[in-house]
Amino acid sequence: MAEMALRIALVGNPNCGKTALFNQLTGARQKVANYAGVTVERKEGHFFTASGHRISLLDLPGTYSLESASQDEKVTLDVLRGQHRGEQAPEMIICVADATNLRLHLRFVLEVQQLGLPMVLALNMVDAAQRRGIHIDVARLSAELGIPVVETVAVRRGGVDALVKLVDQTASKIPAAAAALSGDLHQQVRRIMADCVSIPQLSDAKVDAIDRWVLHPVLGPLILLLVMFMVFQGVYSLGKPVTDLIGDNFDQLNKLVAGLLPDGPLRGLLCDGLISGLGTVLGFLPEILVLFFFILVLEESGYLPRAAFLLDRIMLSVGLTGRSFIPLLSSFACAIPGIIGSRSISNQRDRWTTILVAPLMTCSARLPVYALLIGAFIPAHSIGGILNLQGLVLLGLYLLGIVGAMVVGWVCKRLRPRDAQQPALIMELPAYRVPQIRDLALGLWERGSIFLKKLTGMILALTVLMWFISSFPNPPAGAIGPAIDYSIAGYLGKSLQFLFAPLGFNWQVTLALIPAFAARETAVATLATVYSVANADDVASLGHVLAHQISLASALSLMVWFAFAPQCMSTLAVIRKETGSRRQVVLSFSYMFVVAYACSFLTYHLVKAFA
Amino acid sequence: MRLSELGKQQTASVVGVEKLQADDAIAARLQDIGFVAGETVKVITRAPWGGDPILVQVGTSRFALRREEASRIVLQQGVQHG
Repeated sequence: MAEMALRIALVGNPNCGKTALFNQLTGARQKVANYAGVTVERKEGHFFTASGHRISLLDLPGTYSLESASQDEKVTLDVLRGQHRGEQAPEMIICVADATNLRLHLRFVLEVQQLGLPMVLALNMVDAAQRRGIHIDVARLSAELGIPVVETVAVRRGGVDALVKLVDQTASKIPAAAAALSGDLHQQVRRIMADCVSIPQLSDAKVDAIDRWVLHPVLGPLILLLVMFMVFQGVYSLGKPVTDLIGDNFDQLNKLVAGLLPDGPLRGLLCDGLISGLGTVLGFLPEILVLFFFILVLEESGYLPRAAFLLDRIMLSVGLTGRSFIPLLSSFACAIPGIIGSRSISNQRDRWTTILVAPLMTCSARLPVYALLIGAFIPAHSIGGILNLQGLVLLGLYLLGIVGAMVVGWVCKRLRPRDAQQPALIMELPAYRVPQIRDLALGLWERGSIFLKKLTGMILALTVLMWFISSFPNPPAGAIGPAIDYSIAGYLGKSLQFLFAPLGFNWQVTLALIPAFAARETAVATLATVYSVANADDVASLGHVLAHQISLASALSLMVWFAFAPQCMSTLAVIRKETGSRRQVVLSFSYMFVVAYACSFLTYHLVKAFA
Repeated sequence: MRLSELGKQQTASVVGVEKLQADDAIAARLQDIGFVAGETVKVITRAPWGGDPILVQVGTSRFALRREEASRIVLQQGVQHG
């Protein structure tokens, strides 16, 4: 009979290197999910000790305390007490503390010890402590706390061997919980610190030196701008080619399958439904992974909280927080990683506002539509010799999204009930660290698989539905127009036209909005189909046709529509998954619809009046 | 004096954290992270654009605090040596 796994929980302050320790112990044998009923991430992994004990390790959220009211802390406390639905209480606790930051972390160690569970302390980052001349009397610390203490270097190979050995020894005979120290915890920490730890210098000279540049009032924002620019360049120069490659391969596969099957509904379902749907899902992946890679590097290195520090004031004035910065930056590539990335925002309302405005950032899928319309309607005049009118219009569309987000954020701030919990910043700026390949790889794997697992099914189902309504019913015999004219989508386009006519959209444009709801860039292909342009890739000739079919006012109105409209169902799907709330999806959809409608209406009528 | 009024690169000693209401979660958090009587604090720098938030060193840790968070922390002036 297989031995039952020993359940150990990993706890510690944020920035104690707990995740790196978890990665070092469990490697790739981890499972990521949510705790029942809440959107707090649950990470579990397992490993074997030298004598064959199977250890099941639960990585609890990093917290400063077990008393405050945040969701993370509540989950941590409930799980440790065995009171969380569907969770068995751990049999032992590994508490992780940063050896360079014991004054802060020891208080939490003492607080956890009060729960009365068997516990060991992993004194992490002892290498960094040594470099800074911090001396810790481990034997004495262990004696004062009454629990075993081991030194670890989570980022070094073999750096957790002592911990594994200790776990191995305790696994066959779990020690009784040591009596917790009584009295004021801060007093106890001060006493222990005085007894066991000597710190020559409170702050790290290296961190001071880097922070002088990075947080400098003038240079800091410039460095931040440069970092943002590099991330963007990275997404476009590394992610985009792979995305295009995947797209091309799926087109090839599509042609191959189409060649093998007879013309009919089965071929349509496979090629236009399933294969192109899968292509859409996988096509998102490279850009998302590249973006997540950069975000992980910034996160692991300790730069991210610095960026949030620099931007907090500006973000706060529009109802957001410094922590909204990265999710919103990500949303310029695609709102999906942005919305997933909003997990790092601890205040629920701040997080919801961020999710609400993230889709207003101009994502890369909107570019093909903008490129088509700008190319067809905006003359390539140069202004003052350096600026190009086409480029200015594109910049204007980006700014439109940003200004829109600021207005929406501001409105949310005004609507916030007065009695609601005041949002706090209180953000630790940890020491800088070199990101470890193992942690980057596992982080990427985790986020990539969340994206694939959670969204593939939903996006695929919706794409097949889109295919269905644009292919059925078949055109009647002797029909002249393109098949989509006779389909449910064509019917919808024509019957919805009354709704969009005030925005200057004809029925063809209205029809193109329907598949654009699956993926925005498909609006271009649909317009090519309805206007019977033989080659959809030939943007120039499609632009030429469009320029004759719709007015400048309609084109500008359409661009504004794309800047604000709730067009992508993948985004709505991820909002549903991440907030666990249908209300949030309905709210997102309806406010964007109203804003887009109002702004397009204004644009159309103003341009018509003046042009 | 309050931490929000402390100048850049200046140090002072904490007297206590003031609660704005009975269940002030921010005040509780500030105490959790080490803003307790007798602790030495130092303002490392201030953010651009209005000097809010501020970066504060307490013990061996550094925290970014917004003005209204820092103003909860009451300091004792002029007794600090190094």
